[in-house]
Amino acid sequence: MATLEISGLRKRFGALEILKGIDISLEKGGFLVLVGPSGCGKSTLLNTIAGLESITSGEVRIGDRVVNDLHPSQRDIAMVFQSYALYPNMSVGENIAFGMEMRKVPKPERDKAVAAVAKTLQIEHLLKRRPSQLSGGQRQRVAMGRALVRQPSIFLFDEPLSNLDAKLRVDMRIEIKRLHQTTGATIVYVTHDQIEAMTLATKIAVLKDGELQQVGTPAEIYNRPSNLFVADFMGSPAMNLLEGEIERADGKPCVRLDRRDQAPILVPAPSSADASALREGAKVVFGIRPEAVNDNDSLDRNAKSVVHFDAPVEIVEPAGADTYVVIHVAGREMTARMRADTQVRVGQNHPFALNLDKALLFDPQTTRRI
Amino acid sequence: MSAADALTAAPSREPARHSATTRVVIYGLLFLFAVVYLAPLVIMVLTSLKPLDEVTGGNMFYWPEHLTFAPWAKAWGTACVGLTCAGIKGYFWNSIKMVVPAVLISTMLGALNGYVLTKWRFPGDKLVFGMMLFACFIPFQSVLIPMATILGHIGALGQSLQDATGFNFGLGNPIVNLVLVHTVYGLGFTTLFFRNYYEAFPSELVKAAMIDGAGFFQIFRRILLPNSTPIFIVTVIYQFTNIWNDFLFGATYAAGESSPMTVALYNIVNTSTGVIEYNVNMAAAIIAAAPTLFVYIVAGRYFVRGLMAGAVKG
Repeated sequence: MATLEISGLRKRFGALEILKGIDISLEKGGFLVLVGPSGCGKSTLLNTIAGLESITSGEVRIGDRVVNDLHPSQRDIAMVFQSYALYPNMSVGENIAFGMEMRKVPKPERDKAVAAVAKTLQIEHLLKRRPSQLSGGQRQRVAMGRALVRQPSIFLFDEPLSNLDAKLRVDMRIEIKRLHQTTGATIVYVTHDQIEAMTLATKIAVLKDGELQQVGTPAEIYNRPSNLFVADFMGSPAMNLLEGEIERADGKPCVRLDRRDQAPILVPAPSSADASALREGAKVVFGIRPEAVNDNDSLDRNAKSVVHFDAPVEIVEPAGADTYVVIHVAGREMTARMRADTQVRVGQNHPFALNLDKALLFDPQTTRRI
Repeated sequence: MSAADALTAAPSREPARHSATTRVVIYGLLFLFAVVYLAPLVIMVLTSLKPLDEVTGGNMFYWPEHLTFAPWAKAWGTACVGLTCAGIKGYFWNSIKMVVPAVLISTMLGALNGYVLTKWRFPGDKLVFGMMLFACFIPFQSVLIPMATILGHIGALGQSLQDATGFNFGLGNPIVNLVLVHTVYGLGFTTLFFRNYYEAFPSELVKAAMIDGAGFFQIFRRILLPNSTPIFIVTVIYQFTNIWNDFLFGATYAAGESSPMTVALYNIVNTSTGVIEYNVNMAAAIIAAAPTLFVYIVAGRYFVRGLMAGAVKG
């Protein structure tokens, strides 16, 4: 196990800059998830850590070694690929042992290590089979086995679950989490799935266009996103982002959310916002997660600051555990999360409640959180 | 019941999309072309099994009245090629000695080139590949004389080595020369085949092997080659057929006893002395064609499969 330190990392392909100065550090035993939309550079960043791509400038440090110019095999890493990348001409056992064979580990030792890993991952009965005879989940396990057997300082995962079906993905996610908890491994994990990011990470790095948007714990990223991109990207359904204007009511700053055909909603500025930045008449973006938009029935009892309003229901989406209700506020759709057994009907004027404890304000110009 | 009725009545797995007439026309044409294509082969085989007087006197489509294998034995062992009358067996082995190393070397080098051009990209790799492709379009007549000069120099080098060490390392040997020439001019095609095949080969496997600590040749030998069977067979068939059937280089760079099979066959057929022994000529021609036929029969199904794979992925 080792720490990972990336500083000032840049990667350029010709005139195109893929990574624009990345600084991240990961503590020993940490689980770093790189998340972002496709083309944001997250896989390139992982490949530079692995040494499969060279870097233009900056430094990658694993433990106390600068690994910039080291060959991938000398960086003491193991990688799990999206396509699993199992060697099709070798059996599962040979696949897992291949790295050791290349490092000239004697055969009895290899066999012992393969057996131990196979036991951990419960793939002992598959060792003689070829990759083509395995299911997706089994291939995934073998790929993990190949990484585990190496006992590296850092594990690298490149979207390892994206080829699995939904059910299996959840199972393997738990498996990876268990693996992390039991081995205490240092892991860097790339995904575009924000639920994987939230559930697995001890630290999330959100990337967009080769730039770090925010690095923090899952709770920080979710509750205090530093800009509109992070707020919108993390969370499902996405955060409601509504355009509003600052007003003063009773001497306190409020956000006015205009509505078509109905009286505007006046919302007290959330406590998270820096009050000094709130000039009267300034345009802001008001952000509130669907779980903070309820009716009286499903409202959090501990909510300190609540605003009530009525709105006509446009769409009702029962999702099993919850029911999502879509209404229109400030020219945008707003999603509310209700109890599963809520009696809301389409077209009905329904009372809603905004729980402002976790609401956020953003500057529409800079997109940063106020 | 007419033929058309019989065709429509035949069980088919899918609903008939073509009318009976269309089918009759299609199968009729196919049958016609099959006959046109096979007739010469039938005549060759029949003629080679007849005594000479039956060939010259009778109808060439007749079944042999006195079945004989003597023309085959003569073609193999005693027919006159030029001035020597020892059959074509020596030339047959000449061709084998030329074709086996030439095919293996050009195929292996093509695989290596394809591997480098797809998995170890370097600046200018596209240009290098383009230039290698150009080798596929060079008319071989245009390189005969420059190549002869080069082979002459190599021969001279072999001679001086012979003088200095008592051994010429095969330099200047006509068979070695032909192996060299066929390898050089086969490389364009073999590189093309393997590059297109490896282009579709998942790079993640190469990356995984790199992380596992495998080197350049280890990745090639352990990961790429074991997964290249289809394209390997395509390339071997292609190269074997081309090199075995080559006449131009064989006639130019090898003479007399060291000629390959194709040149010897030409000399047998083109003899200017005595009667023309059609039955022996036919037997010799069939022997000359046999190895390519053999390679197709053994590996033919891979050939079609390999070509299809290349067509879809390439």
